[in-house]
Amino acid sequence: MASAEIVAEAAGTASKLRIQHLGKVFERDGEAVSALEDINFDVSAGEFICIVGPSGCGKSTLLNVLAGFLSSTSGSVTIDGEAVSGPDPRRIMVFQERGVFPWLTVEGNIAFGLSKLPRAEREERVAHYVQTVRLQGFENAYPSDLSGGMKQRLQVARALAVNPDILYLDEPFGALDSITRVIMRGELLRIWQSERRTILFVTHDIDEAVQLADRVVVLSSRPARIKDILTIDIPHPRNISSPRYLQLRDELLKQIGLAYEI
Amino acid sequence: MISMTKPRVWESFFWPTIAAALLLAVWHYSVVFSGTRVFPSPMSVRAGVSELLQQNVLWADIGDSLRRVAVGFCAAILIGIPLGLWLGWSAAANQVVNPTLQILRPISPIAWIPVSIIFFGVGDRAAIFLVFLASVFPIVQACVSGVSSVSPVLRSAGRNFGLSTSQLLRRVIFPAALPQILVGVRIALGIAWLVVVAAEMIAVDSGLGYLVIDSRNSGKRYDLVVAAMLMIGIIGLILDFSIRRVERIKSVRWGFRNAS
Repeated sequence: MASAEIVAEAAGTASKLRIQHLGKVFERDGEAVSALEDINFDVSAGEFICIVGPSGCGKSTLLNVLAGFLSSTSGSVTIDGEAVSGPDPRRIMVFQERGVFPWLTVEGNIAFGLSKLPRAEREERVAHYVQTVRLQGFENAYPSDLSGGMKQRLQVARALAVNPDILYLDEPFGALDSITRVIMRGELLRIWQSERRTILFVTHDIDEAVQLADRVVVLSSRPARIKDILTIDIPHPRNISSPRYLQLRDELLKQIGLAYEI
Repeated sequence: MISMTKPRVWESFFWPTIAAALLLAVWHYSVVFSGTRVFPSPMSVRAGVSELLQQNVLWADIGDSLRRVAVGFCAAILIGIPLGLWLGWSAAANQVVNPTLQILRPISPIAWIPVSIIFFGVGDRAAIFLVFLASVFPIVQACVSGVSSVSPVLRSAGRNFGLSTSQLLRRVIFPAALPQILVGVRIALGIAWLVVVAAEMIAVDSGLGYLVIDSRNSGKRYDLVVAAMLMIGIIGLILDFSIRRVERIKSVRWGFRNAS
């Protein structure tokens, strides 16, 4: 299904995730350091949001607050009208690296959040997500025997297996080489289109954001405020040399304050 | 290995054998040239070993030593691992208990021998208590540092899947800390084996340590003393080798750098 349709469909429904006047202040050596200031945006169900900004701006902090790992200092985060009060299996975070459990096999990792399910159902789900992330033949392999890209696919499978409505991805491909990264983007889009979860994806890679997102939230440098929210109105699959793509990419580069030429 | 040249298969047996043979030769000729009557030559040690084996004393003594280590060491694992996990997990508990632990830890288990004889009398239980004392501290220490070095990402991932604190400890913290805990357990076993010999020299009248001291006291049989020492070394080596096998288990192998 094309993303434009999903957006149109989602526009009619109420917001999945609502962020209002969100602020986060850290205490560092007795001094108050502001990381997030007055963040406001809504995310519809099934939407793919990318959050970009200069490194160290507070993108990951924002994601950690949304996922309930950090508490906010001011403002509110609500999901389906319910305030976020802590981590919850209904929304799963995928970390940049070393997020899989190294003492468990591929199957063991995917089954991690499924201990309450009856055995047959658990096995069925594990088998399904092994397929989804294309790790067939590696069911009994340990993470130390997997490549970086496979480990990230495993993290995505482990997250999807508990059937969350939101996936938070914190620079999930940031530690991969550039070729693997491009392949992983395609895989993620394929999974998103078939599983239709809401995705919030933090990245510092402009191209990644324009290739993946329905909308891109641009943050300023610390303290992070929203600079702009850009709608990427190109249907999938996206032609990355089309004039519209390049135009949106330039727009984003300008927002972040990077020159056109190196 | 730092050197890039890999030894060939025959070399990895040949050179160690040569080294050991050289050592034996130096020993033998030192005894011959110095004309000592007290210190035994390799030949008389060999005779001593076969004498011990024929008398059946050796097997009984080995059994006694191993039993004391097994009981004391298992008690140290059963108490040390939960205690260490708890101290590693709870900063408050660690703050209260850690100073006491740090004062007790550097006390040589040998220094506890008189105290343990007061508590338990001369016998098995005194030796077992000493083995326990010697091995519990490294195990607790390894657990505390293992737990505190569990990656925050793995903790977060565990919490994200809705685990309670006890589930998190069992399903994330313990397996994540296990490689470090096993290192502590291995160190503890080595120390336990050192300590049981010392304990048996004073606190009991059987075991390999007793064999050493008894051979000296009853007629200065230094051939038997050295023979017993040799057995202590070989058994210690076997114990270390066996516990190293545990590190090869796949669910902990990731934590060891030389994993293959």
